[in-house]
Amino acid sequence: MAESRTKDLDINIHYITRVEGHGNIVVNARNGILEQCDLEIIESPRFFEAMLRGQPFAQAPTLASRICGICAVAHSTTSHRAVEKALDVKLTQQTELLRRLNYHGEMLDSHVLHAYMLVAPDFLGVGSVIPLAKTAPDVVLRALRMKQLAGDICAAICGRHTHPVGMTIGGFSHFPEKEQLLQLKDRLQALSSDIDATVELFQGLNFPDFERDTEYIALWKEDEYCFIDGQIKSTDGGLWPIEEYRNITNEYQQQHSSAKHARNQRQSYMVGALARFNINFDQLHPKAKAAANALDIKPKCTNPYLNTAAQVVEVVHCVEDAIQIIDRLLDAGIRWEEPTTPQRYSGDGAGACEAPRGILFHDYSIKSGYITEANCIIPTGQNLANIEADMRSLVPVILNTSQEHISQQLEMLVRAYDPCISCSAHMLEVKFV
Amino acid sequence: MTKNGKPKIAFFDFASCEGCQLTVVDALQTYPDLLDAVEIVQFREAMSEKSEDYQVAFIEGSCTREQDEERLRAIRSQAQLVFSLGACAHLGGVNTIRIWQSQDHVVQYVYGEMGKRFNVYSPRPIDAVIKIDGFIPGCPIDGNEFVRIAKALVRGRPIRLPDYAVCVECKLSENLCVVENGKACLGSITRAGCNAICPANGSGCDGCRGLLPDANIGWLKVALHEHGVPETAFAEKMKLFQSYQFTGLSSSDVA
Repeated sequence: MAESRTKDLDINIHYITRVEGHGNIVVNARNGILEQCDLEIIESPRFFEAMLRGQPFAQAPTLASRICGICAVAHSTTSHRAVEKALDVKLTQQTELLRRLNYHGEMLDSHVLHAYMLVAPDFLGVGSVIPLAKTAPDVVLRALRMKQLAGDICAAICGRHTHPVGMTIGGFSHFPEKEQLLQLKDRLQALSSDIDATVELFQGLNFPDFERDTEYIALWKEDEYCFIDGQIKSTDGGLWPIEEYRNITNEYQQQHSSAKHARNQRQSYMVGALARFNINFDQLHPKAKAAANALDIKPKCTNPYLNTAAQVVEVVHCVEDAIQIIDRLLDAGIRWEEPTTPQRYSGDGAGACEAPRGILFHDYSIKSGYITEANCIIPTGQNLANIEADMRSLVPVILNTSQEHISQQLEMLVRAYDPCISCSAHMLEVKFV
Repeated sequence: MTKNGKPKIAFFDFASCEGCQLTVVDALQTYPDLLDAVEIVQFREAMSEKSEDYQVAFIEGSCTREQDEERLRAIRSQAQLVFSLGACAHLGGVNTIRIWQSQDHVVQYVYGEMGKRFNVYSPRPIDAVIKIDGFIPGCPIDGNEFVRIAKALVRGRPIRLPDYAVCVECKLSENLCVVENGKACLGSITRAGCNAICPANGSGCDGCRGLLPDANIGWLKVALHEHGVPETAFAEKMKLFQSYQFTGLSSSDVA
């Protein structure tokens, strides 16, 4: 340890790769003392909240989905919910089921992309998924099969995953045929060997051993593993209605950084698959609980690297839940429904969904059918303070290892959060001196 | 070309949602032969390796600040062929919605006083800054169209985009006409190639692939009026992806 106390360290990872959007990691240590440990957000800001103002309410979700190519369905669904609450639009049970099924499509797509194509290369010693196509074709083909099915679920319900077109305020403008649902169900059931192999693959990966307890926040419902609506729940205790989101996110700006951070009951909190897993474990499908057991994670899990393992658990859950939803849709008889019309054309509404990478809020004011105010709070923004707290806690522990190793561990840490930097609604370009 | 005769390809992103690169990742994985025929040397979203030695550049996203121009010119000076990838690069896309407001006001609304540190300007398409050799339209791009264009590139064949309207594809698919259903749709003035995916899903075309060279805007406005579509709906749709182009249209078109 004597060596680490005197160590100097300069890490500047410019453009973290295999993440969505542009970010840098900057770490400086002098004489073993950590001077700087930051995740810089260098994405060009896109000002979606200003762009949403003036949009006719029905067009808001079309624009909002363009915040992110990976979580387009999450942004679109959350935007729909904000408008629907503002204008008092009630949804039918079929609409709610179709939205959940569609949502599972995106969750599967995003988690498979992240776990297989962005995270797994670190553990398999390659720079990307591309060489794996030759060295481990069965792994890549399996990921592709799962992604293909995920995409086809979204395509059957809303035309495509990026960017959805069949969803509309109050319902849908397009409906899957009964035959399509039956085919999707068959393919979901046939996926079980791929699911087992996925759990086995990630079970075998040697995730870094690092624990740091923090506050975990996710949406919660009593009777389902919640992705849409519900209430806001914390592992530190507390259950709040979605409308009170500003009291939980408490966005603040720091001297050293112009990116907005968030904190609730501690200095930072974590959102995403691991937070959902920690809060909603009881509502997981039994097969997903079995997968968690196989992956050796249980709530409350405080190793952020295991966010990827929690995603794998959610993959199992989403496949099983999707099968159940299809059964319910088929039992009730899938049918054409005209979208429910608004009860009014002015009002305020806050929508919340769990994007693949964590809780997402859209909050709109609408006057005479046009958006007048908009606020969007995205998961990666909420995670920033927590990622930096992890980095500050991790670096001193590994300071006496090689600079290369430290860089790799930090980059893997940031990647584990599955950051989505393009969702830059609330992030600033950060410059450090 | 590399020694093995494979073209070296690089992908770059500016202000965008990265959905087009995601579509490329999905499309390439479904066409391993195509992936074999090229050498991808830079693709930050998907790979860690990186080289500045490339012949073909695909650029996603709009130019939104002066420092972007510098990076764009560097790409232009390296690449023999530069393509805009998707509506943000090709048209300016949704990023250009904010050109109707003062940029100071936009920055202030989202970031308050802290926003003053920004150096953003009015967003623009890539060809407003550098010469491009072609574009792949759409928000997002169509994966099959990307593959078709990439194959043509590899074989040294000319690249052609459909020069007919989305309406043509819509009719061929026997979709119900959304305009007859009272919805605004830009399908009759927008370049085809998406297989009319929005009307096929019951929603009017948003024009994300850009105007046809001989788009008859005047006639579309008459048709929309005849079907009881509110007058404001046309401009609202046009501004979604084509605010940059819309500012240049004649006042009779804008009204």
